[in-house]
Amino acid sequence: MIQIEVNKRQVEANKGELLLTAIRRAGIKVPTLCHFEGLPPSGACRMCVVEIDGRLIPSCATAVTEGMKCQTHSAKAVRARKTIIELLLADHPDDCLYCVRNGNCELQTLAEEYGVRTRRYQGEKSTSHLDVSSPALERDPAKCILCGKCVRVCEEVQNVSAIDFAGRGSKTRIETAFNEGLNKSSCVFCGQCIKVCPTGALREKSSTKEVLEAIADPDKYVVVQHAPAISVSLGEAFGLKAGTECSGPLNAALRQIGFDKVFDTSFTADLTIMEEGAEFISRLKGNGKLPMITSCSPGWVKFAEEFYPDMLENLSSCKSPQQMMGAVIKNYYAEKANIDPKKIFSVSIMPCIAKKFEVTREEMLTDGVPDIDAVITTRELVRLMKMRGLDLNAIEPEPADNPLSLKTGAGKIFGTSGGVMEAALRSAYMLLTGKELDNLDIKTVRGLEGRKEAKININGTEVGVAVVSGLKNASDLLDEIRAGRNDLHFIEIMACPGGCINGGGQPIGVTPEAVAARMKSLYSIDKNEKYRASHLNPDIQKLYKEYLGEPLGHRSHQLLHTHYAKRDVVK
Amino acid sequence: MSVVEEIIKQHSNPGRDSLIPILQAVQEREGFISRESVIEIGKALDLPASKIYGVATFYNQFRFTPHGKWVVQVCRGTACHVKGSAALLSRIERELGISAGGTTRDGLFSIEVVACIGACGLAPVIAVNGNFHAKVSPDDVPEILRHYRNQIVEARQ
Repeated sequence: MIQIEVNKRQVEANKGELLLTAIRRAGIKVPTLCHFEGLPPSGACRMCVVEIDGRLIPSCATAVTEGMKCQTHSAKAVRARKTIIELLLADHPDDCLYCVRNGNCELQTLAEEYGVRTRRYQGEKSTSHLDVSSPALERDPAKCILCGKCVRVCEEVQNVSAIDFAGRGSKTRIETAFNEGLNKSSCVFCGQCIKVCPTGALREKSSTKEVLEAIADPDKYVVVQHAPAISVSLGEAFGLKAGTECSGPLNAALRQIGFDKVFDTSFTADLTIMEEGAEFISRLKGNGKLPMITSCSPGWVKFAEEFYPDMLENLSSCKSPQQMMGAVIKNYYAEKANIDPKKIFSVSIMPCIAKKFEVTREEMLTDGVPDIDAVITTRELVRLMKMRGLDLNAIEPEPADNPLSLKTGAGKIFGTSGGVMEAALRSAYMLLTGKELDNLDIKTVRGLEGRKEAKININGTEVGVAVVSGLKNASDLLDEIRAGRNDLHFIEIMACPGGCINGGGQPIGVTPEAVAARMKSLYSIDKNEKYRASHLNPDIQKLYKEYLGEPLGHRSHQLLHTHYAKRDVVK
Repeated sequence: MSVVEEIIKQHSNPGRDSLIPILQAVQEREGFISRESVIEIGKALDLPASKIYGVATFYNQFRFTPHGKWVVQVCRGTACHVKGSAALLSRIERELGISAGGTTRDGLFSIEVVACIGACGLAPVIAVNGNFHAKVSPDDVPEILRHYRNQIVEARQ
């Protein structure tokens, strides 16, 4: 520990840490637009300048030294920050009222906090065009302030590098290679860039309009499913503590919005486990490639098709829970409820951007009918609820609709990194040994670390498992396997760091603490569920008995499994 | 063997550091940096295409379209600037319907801006494939371009 002086106050700091870190720990707010927690400093925006000995230095790129004295809000520092904001605004479009980030924009907030009331500089406006080429993500370069966080998350966290800085000086912009648009690029639509963007330059391709039109159409039967991570993430947008479980009020809110039926994707997460568990056992017995890798994360699947086409046979052929639910609704449910599947408009609420892409994959059509018609993210759901004047705090909870909602704890924990693995192991153990696990909590695969590994003893067989989240972590592991590592049997990969609870469709401005709280909440729901392993779900058993037959059976193959293909993109 | 492969072979330990020399060599051989070259270089150096594109767009020296038959170099040095080269450049751009750095669709002309051509006494000056045109006014432009276009047409006949 060393002592530094901040605003004439003694502050303790760790040797070698960044000045900004020490200042923030002392409870002093110094703004930044480009600082990326966990990555090396870039010092691009200069918003975090503080005054030391009359000089302005960026606190995000300066290490503390014993006895250092700084002023975070001296007249000089504040003036410098305000000027930077004014310069950033000089070429910014004046359309805050129409912007998706209105009220939730870091640049707007800083302009307000620093009292920018007049336009001192008038810059040349950007003439760049919106990139709407992709089915999932939109880019508006005119709103970009070149902080570089999207470039960094894409390269350093996700190892995708779909975008980079192009040009120089005042002509600098962020572009895909040859500016051909995201759809031709290697972008996997994870949406992590949206979450770090301080302005409205990156956003999801919204589907709220289609959803509202379908609800207003008397000929459409509009059903909705919500993913396991939604109910523990939504509350924050309504002032609830991070991680608060809101399934009940969420179901009620969705009915008030006008959905005819509300289903819970955790149910088909259980279904995924039935299929994936059976597939794993079959591979373990010599039918198919090992290690088997999960396939619920469409960002990861696209990444594999682009960068690891040699390993596509390792991916489980199971569709994701969203797609399984879609197929089950338009086939099993439609038949059971006697509804023409063509009249069903199937919506899913996902913490994910890549799900918007997944539904457009041609493999996701059953007899030419899309499994899912529209995907909206947690953020779009919040907008829909606010538009309808719905407050999550003031709604009486309601259960979701049968028969596609009864969930187990195993299905619910799909929302977090490690959850799919734990759920699969609970059922695989049963399938292999005929007995239930003594202790259902497999804690070695839990947590927010980028990689978790464990050896699980099933009937004397050592099963090697690994759980990774974040695609850079996935690449590192897959490269080890390419290089000959062979002690792993089963791998869970999720594109977003931490899994769906930190997905690209989740509310902007989420702290790591909030993500941890969401994870904790999922495990506590699991702990308290009546059924905690997917094969114990009575409605799943009924679905097999009435309709599907058995896992990996003919109907399952037709409705619940898919295939992958090498993808040629600019990379 | 492709041009890129040949060039990369000449580097003893090709990596990130050799990106710019490789781009220069490819441009020297092919006249420009093609999309295919960028992707090929990326594969060889294990660099994303977006990064190579980013580096190449940073420098004025790299071009992404082939040169036209006639390269119109417009001097934008101080003396030429004082003598009105800005208006001259924009007239050339207008006549050809392209901007500086571009090539006409028929592949006949491209425009290149040079910082100083070293002929300040002739300002404002342009050079077409090395032929100098001195003290050019914007109104001279159509005639000069016609002269070069005709040469091609005659050659074809």
